Amino acid sequence: MLKFLEKNLPKVVLAPAVGLISWFVYGFILWTFYISFTNSKILPKYELWGVGQYFKLWASRKWLIAVDNLLVFTALFLIFCIVIGIILAIFLDQKIRAEGVLRTIYLYPMALSFIVTGTAWKWILNPSLGIQKMFIDWGFENFTFDWLVNREMAIYTIVIAGVWQSAGFVMALFLAGLRSVEDEIVKAAKIDGAGLFTVYWKILIPMMRPVFFTSFVILVHISIKSYDLVVALTQGGPGISTTMPAMYMTQTAFHKSQVGLSAASAMMMFMAVAAVIIPYLYSELRREHAS
Amino acid sequence: MKTLKIEDLSKNFGTTEVLKKINLDIDEGNFLVLLGPSGCGKSTLLNIIAGLETINEGNVYIDDYNVSKVEPKDRNIAMVFQSYALYPSMNVKENITFGLKQAKTSKEKIEEQLKKISSFLQVEELLNRKPSQLSGGQRQRVAIGRALVREPRIFLFDEPLSNLDAKLRVEMRREIKKLHQTLKTTVVYVTHDQTEAMSLGTKIAIMNHGVIQQNDTPEIIYNKPSNTFVADFIGSPSMNLIKGKIIKKSDQISFLGENSNNDIQIPINNYNFDKKIELDNKEVYFGIRPEHIYYKKSNEADFEIKLKADLSEYIGHEQIITFNYSNQEILAKFPSTVKIEINKEMNLYFDLSQISLFDKNSKERI
Amino acid sequence: MQANVSTSSYKQLEQKSKIRNMFLRWFLYFVLILFASYFIFPLYVMVVTSLKTMEEIRQGTLLTWPSALNFESWAVAWGGRGYGAGDTFLRPYFWNSIKMVVPAVFFSTFIGAMTGYVLTKWRFKGDQWVFLFLLFGCFIPFQAILLPMARTLGVLGISNSILGLVVVHIVYGIPFTTLFFRNYYVSVPTELVKAARIDGAGFFKIFFKILLPISAPIIVVTVIWQFTQIWNDFLFGSTFSFGEAAPIQVALNNMVLSSTSVKEYNVDMASAIIAGIPTLIVYVLAGKYFIKGLTSGAVKG
Repeated sequence: MLKFLEKNLPKVVLAPAVGLISWFVYGFILWTFYISFTNSKILPKYELWGVGQYFKLWASRKWLIAVDNLLVFTALFLIFCIVIGIILAIFLDQKIRAEGVLRTIYLYPMALSFIVTGTAWKWILNPSLGIQKMFIDWGFENFTFDWLVNREMAIYTIVIAGVWQSAGFVMALFLAGLRSVEDEIVKAAKIDGAGLFTVYWKILIPMMRPVFFTSFVILVHISIKSYDLVVALTQGGPGISTTMPAMYMTQTAFHKSQVGLSAASAMMMFMAVAAVIIPYLYSELRREHAS
Repeated sequence: MKTLKIEDLSKNFGTTEVLKKINLDIDEGNFLVLLGPSGCGKSTLLNIIAGLETINEGNVYIDDYNVSKVEPKDRNIAMVFQSYALYPSMNVKENITFGLKQAKTSKEKIEEQLKKISSFLQVEELLNRKPSQLSGGQRQRVAIGRALVREPRIFLFDEPLSNLDAKLRVEMRREIKKLHQTLKTTVVYVTHDQTEAMSLGTKIAIMNHGVIQQNDTPEIIYNKPSNTFVADFIGSPSMNLIKGKIIKKSDQISFLGENSNNDIQIPINNYNFDKKIELDNKEVYFGIRPEHIYYKKSNEADFEIKLKADLSEYIGHEQIITFNYSNQEILAKFPSTVKIEINKEMNLYFDLSQISLFDKNSKERI
Repeated sequence: MQANVSTSSYKQLEQKSKIRNMFLRWFLYFVLILFASYFIFPLYVMVVTSLKTMEEIRQGTLLTWPSALNFESWAVAWGGRGYGAGDTFLRPYFWNSIKMVVPAVFFSTFIGAMTGYVLTKWRFKGDQWVFLFLLFGCFIPFQAILLPMARTLGVLGISNSILGLVVVHIVYGIPFTTLFFRNYYVSVPTELVKAARIDGAGFFKIFFKILLPISAPIIVVTVIWQFTQIWNDFLFGSTFSFGEAAPIQVALNNMVLSSTSVKEYNVDMASAIIAGIPTLIVYVLAGKYFIKGLTSGAVKG
């Protein structure tokens, strides 16, 4: 027995991690997958029911709004985070005097939870006491900024808060990427007569492809999981105008007692993430193998 | 008119003086090598010529125009870097034509130049490839092509062969030499490898600690080094430097090694002393290259001396023997066919027309 | 293409480019400061609002400085008003979070370190697949495991408890901690381990005497990451606990959402700050190392 342990010690040490992940990740996902094909309500039922839940899901107005919100949010979140991140990274790359301080300022929101972020922005966007009041008090009498309570515009408040939280991280990634470029390339470009803008636009940014990739994957992942932020900022409201798939999943499971339906929505979220992650991991692996 | 003239150039990085009042010039078509150990300032000097570094004091003139404050792109120079610095996201064609596009050259002219250069350097088949798909030698040719295509007045090379393996290095060195012979361009070339410097340069400027030690043709640098640093840096193995003093008795001038107990004195009557100085008892370094110590008399003026062989190193086509003179080491280079007995004395012949003497304190040639 | 720039016209060029550079410089700083205000604004507003009285809040704007530094809302946020039942305040939940975070960070980091160690220094056939297998856990949306986890915790009798949350955080922290340590140990030369084995050191000795001492940078990164993730978690906290065992983010959210009588924005802001201070402090003190570690891994992929 002891001999077996000795010889296989590494694998034995590996066992807890592998065991826990097999059970709590793969096992659980399979369970959820299975349940999504049952007609479970409050408690899980194990008799297979077919794809009924999925039909129910896509027929649900709430779910469709949630998916639509997710697409809108993800698109805007991605665009703004990456654009702002790149701009800040490029600007900070210019040997700025207060670089350390500025970097700290751009990044600290990442340290806060989405609940704290949501709470702060909820206050700022408060129609009667927040920004709106601020501008009115400054003399702009007809200024309105009631997006938070506006069914059409509320989703954009989540974008504002989300970008505030995550743009700094994208900036850090791009700054590290820009700095890892050997300066001989910039020197060669200067000799070739490229101006600053051209150096970035034609040479450095195209070299940042891996960083784009990484940012894209991480941001999409954050976006699909976005639950905390919505809960704190709008609770999915006004009404259900800012509900998201993550909220839908929780609500159907724990408030509407529709476990099967909830499982189906969870699986949809899972598949969405897989659709982005798997190609990314695959291409990364191929790159690692090639080099 | 000098193609390049550097006047009283000084450069500091913070409190460190990297270049101290450098004066240098080069005629058209010459191949000037900036040679020296790491940290001597040669790369900084090259970057200043290119306009990539600022100047603290002094001026740089290209074709008699003061370009000290002119942007690199307006100086009519081109540079090949150690890592080649090819733009990774562009293919070879785009890499080569990038500079021309930036200068808003006409499409026809760009095509014409591209064709000319790519066929000259034999990179036509590579035009659509990305740098990551090229071999080291191919990358160098593309980097040279990128520089050539702009028809600059001066080519700058920053240790372009340092990243290559030994065999490729020798090949590419010859390609660079052939290129220079064909195109007769003016080149400033930085390296720390003295073999490269000697084989490529028409003029070599050896630098140490921000100061030019000697600026001459390879032959003069090799045969008449101006100080012990140059004597030691050039040549493999480097010049023997024996400590001792000059003894002047009436008109007999000779050299005596330091630790001698009446060791043989070496007559140096025919040495061409640079200045008129007090010779007797002057402490000096006696310099003679291993190649100039023979195992049989070659010239009339050769000085015969019996020394004991201590060590022998076989290198294939030659052997390096360590002898003992006045308890200091003297290395000699013989063909490997000569049979040497260790720990035995043998006759050696010093070629006195090839010796150098240096002041012991100033290390300068006398 | 000649350097045909005469002295006078190239003095002009010099002047023009000097002015252009100055203008660009000013523009640069302007944009950077503009964004800095966007990022600082909420923090400023939170702090300032938490120090005002409700009167001042209603009269002033978001930006107005408080007339006096009034820490009353902080006291209320932390310890409540002593009204008895129905009064939520943060102190007990703050300690819940501490009790949850410390063991969770410790164990998930330790398991990650050992797993990373095995996967890089005790290679075997298929170890790349094992790593991928574990790595997958970093990417899953947790919604896919909420339901079975809720049931499991119930079955084990640890639902709605700090211990339950600790277990959850350890398990789902393992993929991340393994990733960090594995990527770090990959670049530690195997010669170190080989030399130790020749010297007769065994599996654990090599880990504790050789790898651990040089693991400081990655331990910092991992601990900071785990601490931040777990302290800031809301999904697990709100799904698997309620009431007394809740961690601080859940409590914060409840406090802010409950609209008993009048909304006290200053207390809300003070609560948010209290909930955010631990991770903010960690970031300010050790953020530099954290970012360096994170971005070097991400850039390489």
